[in-house]
Amino acid sequence: MSTEDSVYDGLLVDDAHWAFGGSFEDPLSGVDATVPDGVDPSVLGTYALMLGDDALVMSQRLAEWCSRAPDLEEDIALANVALDLLGQARLMLARAAAADPGLVPTLPEASPVPPEDRLAFFRDDLAFRNVRMVELPRGDFAETMARLLLFSTWRLALLGRLRGSRDAVLAAVAAKGVKEVTYHRDLAARWCVTLAGGTEESRRRLVAGLEALWPWWGELLESHPVEVAAAAAGVGVDPSTLREECEDVLDRVLAACDLARPDIPSREGVCGGKGRHGRHTEALSRMLAEMQVVARAHPEGTW
Amino acid sequence: MVSPSLGQVELGRLELAREVTATVTDPELPMLTLVDLGVLREVALDETGTVVVDLAPTYSGCPAMATMRDDLLRVLGEVGLEGRVRVVLDPPWTSDDITPAGRAALVAAGISPPGPAPRHDGPVPLSLGPVRRRVTCPRCGSADTALTSEFGSTACKALYRCRACLEPFDHVKEI
Repeated sequence: MSTEDSVYDGLLVDDAHWAFGGSFEDPLSGVDATVPDGVDPSVLGTYALMLGDDALVMSQRLAEWCSRAPDLEEDIALANVALDLLGQARLMLARAAAADPGLVPTLPEASPVPPEDRLAFFRDDLAFRNVRMVELPRGDFAETMARLLLFSTWRLALLGRLRGSRDAVLAAVAAKGVKEVTYHRDLAARWCVTLAGGTEESRRRLVAGLEALWPWWGELLESHPVEVAAAAAGVGVDPSTLREECEDVLDRVLAACDLARPDIPSREGVCGGKGRHGRHTEALSRMLAEMQVVARAHPEGTW
Repeated sequence: MVSPSLGQVELGRLELAREVTATVTDPELPMLTLVDLGVLREVALDETGTVVVDLAPTYSGCPAMATMRDDLLRVLGEVGLEGRVRVVLDPPWTSDDITPAGRAALVAAGISPPGPAPRHDGPVPLSLGPVRRRVTCPRCGSADTALTSEFGSTACKALYRCRACLEPFDHVKEI
């Protein structure tokens, strides 16, 4: 068939009625992104990057389930949760870039790639500041639900307090995020109870998932100096203050599962650093290789 | 933004802008206008006479935002108006923002509208039991309905079925 005969030709002759969504535009367009008085822009930027990276990496791991979940409803559920987290990541990475443009990787001058995409696709693993639990290989469905329970329990407690941030952007993203992570946590908690009370095999898998993740859980409640500084400046939350609320929720879910908190020590960092310092497991670089390859192959591409 | 001394010409432009933007529908719920959905917060003119439309996302990752923006700019362009769309994050959209007309349009299209959204200022209570809502079948009106899946065809909907007429239907979630 010659190009003149292409069936697609007619589609774009009169294209005024088509809405070409998805073109690059600042997701914070029109939002007042002024850094609040007395706040160090690099602290605010790095803090937003940390919370954005948590959501981005968790989202990517959950999206790996697309077309692989045990049934259609759960496939859609996991994709929905991943999409919510991706939206939160986009806003937080955009906030990080607006607060501290020095965080954003440099691309050729003609590149149309917006700052939040540069952060997502053009940083190497050492520049990612997510907690390590979210980057681990996704495991089976039970392990994914255990991870979603731990992650969303912690993130819901965190976002709940972040609603009071002096940074209007983070406060607004948190207020929206609370609504979303509430049903992420409910989904995960119900599945954990279901798997624990299901068959011997489902219970064994849930316990194995919880035990595999537990060494990484403590890191979520440790404070990095940037988090402490962000909390002191009134823009962030010190995660060490979330322990009681998180453990209360987890204990209630575990009680409904007829399980106790695993007694497994936390994993040490590498060279004194953990995820928040940019020290990661090898799983992150493998995940990023897959997530970033297309964007990196076309640094001037428009999608 | 709109000065009280707006001239006749500007008033006319603003009125026209409000009129055409009020016709734009949601790309995934085309029975709802953006006004019905409650995401179109404000239409105004800036000091240069450009139309400024304030749009609030429903969900953080709502993939329809860019399409809504382009649709708004298109209808403005069709009547010769320059416009730009601003994202409004605060206060966050809630399903309570769907107007009564919007709720009626949902029911007419076979979609169950949301009940009152939960509000939590402090820690959010954990819910381990099944999701409990009073959902009425939008087709036959029966209250004998059951949840099929908490997640549906779009981020904002859950999937239900009616035990009376046996039809499946979407329910817009309360957030």
